[in-house]
Amino acid sequence: MTLQRPKHRKLDIRNGRVDLSHGSGGRAMAQLIAEIFFPAFANDLLAQGNDQATFDVPAGRMAMTTDGYVVSPLFFPGGDIGSLAVHGTVNDLAMSGAKPLYLSASFILEEGFPLADLLRIAQSMGAAAREAGIKIVTGDTKVVERGKADGVFISTAGIGVAPEGIALSGDRAKPGDAIVVSGTLGDHGVAIMSSRENLQFETAILSDSAALHGLTACMLEACGPHLRLMRDPTRGGLAATLNEIAHQSGVGIRIAEDALPIRPQVAAACELLGLDPLFVANEGKLVAFVAPDAAEALLAAMRAHPLGREAALIGHVVADDHRFVQMATRFGGGRIVDWLSGEQLPRIC
Amino acid sequence: MKYVDEYRDGKLARAIAAKIAAEARQDRAYRFMEFCGGHTHAIARYGLEDLLPHNVRMIHGPGCPVCVLPMGRMDDAIKLAQNPDITLCTYADLMRVPGSGDLSLIKAKAAGADVRMVYSTLDALRIAREEPHRKVVFFAIGFETTTPPTAMAILAARKEGLKNFFVFCNHVLTPAAIEAIVGGESQEKVALDGFVGPAHVSTVIGTKPYHAFAENYRKPVVIAGFEPLDVMQAILMLARQINEGRHVVENQYIRAVTVDGNLKAKAFVAEVFETRETFEWRGLGFIPDSALRLREEFSEFDAEKIFGVETVAAKDNPACECGAILRGVKKPVDCKLFGTVCTPETPMGSCMVSSEGSCAAHWTYGRFRDAQPLERQAS
Repeated sequence: MTLQRPKHRKLDIRNGRVDLSHGSGGRAMAQLIAEIFFPAFANDLLAQGNDQATFDVPAGRMAMTTDGYVVSPLFFPGGDIGSLAVHGTVNDLAMSGAKPLYLSASFILEEGFPLADLLRIAQSMGAAAREAGIKIVTGDTKVVERGKADGVFISTAGIGVAPEGIALSGDRAKPGDAIVVSGTLGDHGVAIMSSRENLQFETAILSDSAALHGLTACMLEACGPHLRLMRDPTRGGLAATLNEIAHQSGVGIRIAEDALPIRPQVAAACELLGLDPLFVANEGKLVAFVAPDAAEALLAAMRAHPLGREAALIGHVVADDHRFVQMATRFGGGRIVDWLSGEQLPRIC
Repeated sequence: MKYVDEYRDGKLARAIAAKIAAEARQDRAYRFMEFCGGHTHAIARYGLEDLLPHNVRMIHGPGCPVCVLPMGRMDDAIKLAQNPDITLCTYADLMRVPGSGDLSLIKAKAAGADVRMVYSTLDALRIAREEPHRKVVFFAIGFETTTPPTAMAILAARKEGLKNFFVFCNHVLTPAAIEAIVGGESQEKVALDGFVGPAHVSTVIGTKPYHAFAENYRKPVVIAGFEPLDVMQAILMLARQINEGRHVVENQYIRAVTVDGNLKAKAFVAEVFETRETFEWRGLGFIPDSALRLREEFSEFDAEKIFGVETVAAKDNPACECGAILRGVKKPVDCKLFGTVCTPETPMGSCMVSSEGSCAAHWTYGRFRDAQPLERQAS
């Protein structure tokens, strides 16, 4: 069945709010979808108005991922929950070497949520998708009573295709491999913190939220099979990602504190709040493990891309049955870089 | 980062390390206790031990407010939180501290208790203002550094006429605890040659309160800042005092600490609080004159009085060595639970909970130093 635009009045975007009827499956829901999501996501597959999207896929390996977004606040310096949902899903696909193609988006809306904010989020999502060259092809909308959610939660799924012969995986790090990050660490987490109402401080830091598949394509082109794996250090920061890889690959990791790219403003904010930038979330950065001989070529390729300009070699992989991630401090001593324990900052993405 | 990086400079660190190595006599050991958890954390985080000669050893002290809070008081806080009328405001550190019966504030919160994590007393005051129907209790812990903000909050609440703001006071006093480690009772003592004195605490109380201790126990005290170079320099100053046979209070942290401390802060504290006859410290037992409570004229803000808190002493896990570790008698690796069932994710003892606790600091930053080669599993 094709969705028809209902004949009664248009949504009152300026003053209107989500109410329970918008999730009921009736005409109000159809109107919400037709006036907010369809124009924002505009694409041929979505426009068919089916309960699913069908499409042909090119040859290769499929990559699939899913993600949920509960960030608070919904709008933060450098992004919002909508663009974040697109970037986060695209990046999870891109880390496998895949070219992201299609996304789904499911919205859990809280009764009373302003329609103007919903439109802003949907438009931001659509813009992020267009910029990334992908399509949001299917979706769902549910409304829960006031107090049962916090404004809007978004969950996504993503599908992409990796070319034949690409098999990046967290268990492929080998002793001797070089470890590279694509840019400064901790920007997203600090941007979120700066906009939380009970943590007010002035900062020029914007979230680094960005889609990385353009960068990963350049990296694959430059290094091909020498690239062992890529991962985006989101929640838990670089520390969590390095520990994950050490465990998956059964190796140790050694990094140098003075090689880590960290903006002075981020370092200062972390100092003030008692946080360690190694544990703070990123949404537009990646860590790559590469065969030692290909490290220079990888760095050159990354630095030639706008999202990898500040790429840096931060350490290397060693044989270590303890799977310790260790850091040589700038001060001259050694320390472990452990998993984050407990909750450093809830609802960061 | 200006005004911070200068105190973490690796080149300067190596220069001071060379001086310490030259100063430390080969025929003796230098055993220094850093009292504060802030120092413990800095030592572990910057890998400072790697820069010290083998005969200079740092022993971690009890100056972590979360670690020394006895389990009975934790139980009191959990009970307060379980009162449906109460909103308990707490620093995040305390959320996972185990109480009796496998309870903690984070578990009580999950079961429905209204527990809110705050960053300062101001947040707690704001909640009290915004939610006048809730009884808002601030779970106050800490040494002399955090006491003035609690006093200010109580004075502000009185000025504003806030009737729903209360304080569960667990503020403790540093000099009494330092003395308990070296002197007094029958508990096993650690052999110590000197103290790295508190940084932030001393900005409030000044250098004077340590003089009697240094004199009576003939131990040098060097008050030091929390940056790693501060600690290195303090170690050098302590080694020099020992080699010269002196035992006085010296102030390395002159950029922040004066002889008399912060007179205004001390006046606010004196207005609101009075000394308790005795108070229990985890690991150190009951120490006379070592803690504060609200004065009679501030009773209306005293959660202990208003909600009838009666602390019941609770026993720690018998295998937990937090007590001996807090006194410096044992090291984290001497505890059977360390790193086996007791980790920062599932802490059994308080030293593993706070990042300033010596077990958490050693586990998080330094455990590679005691790592033995693992036996490969036969495949």
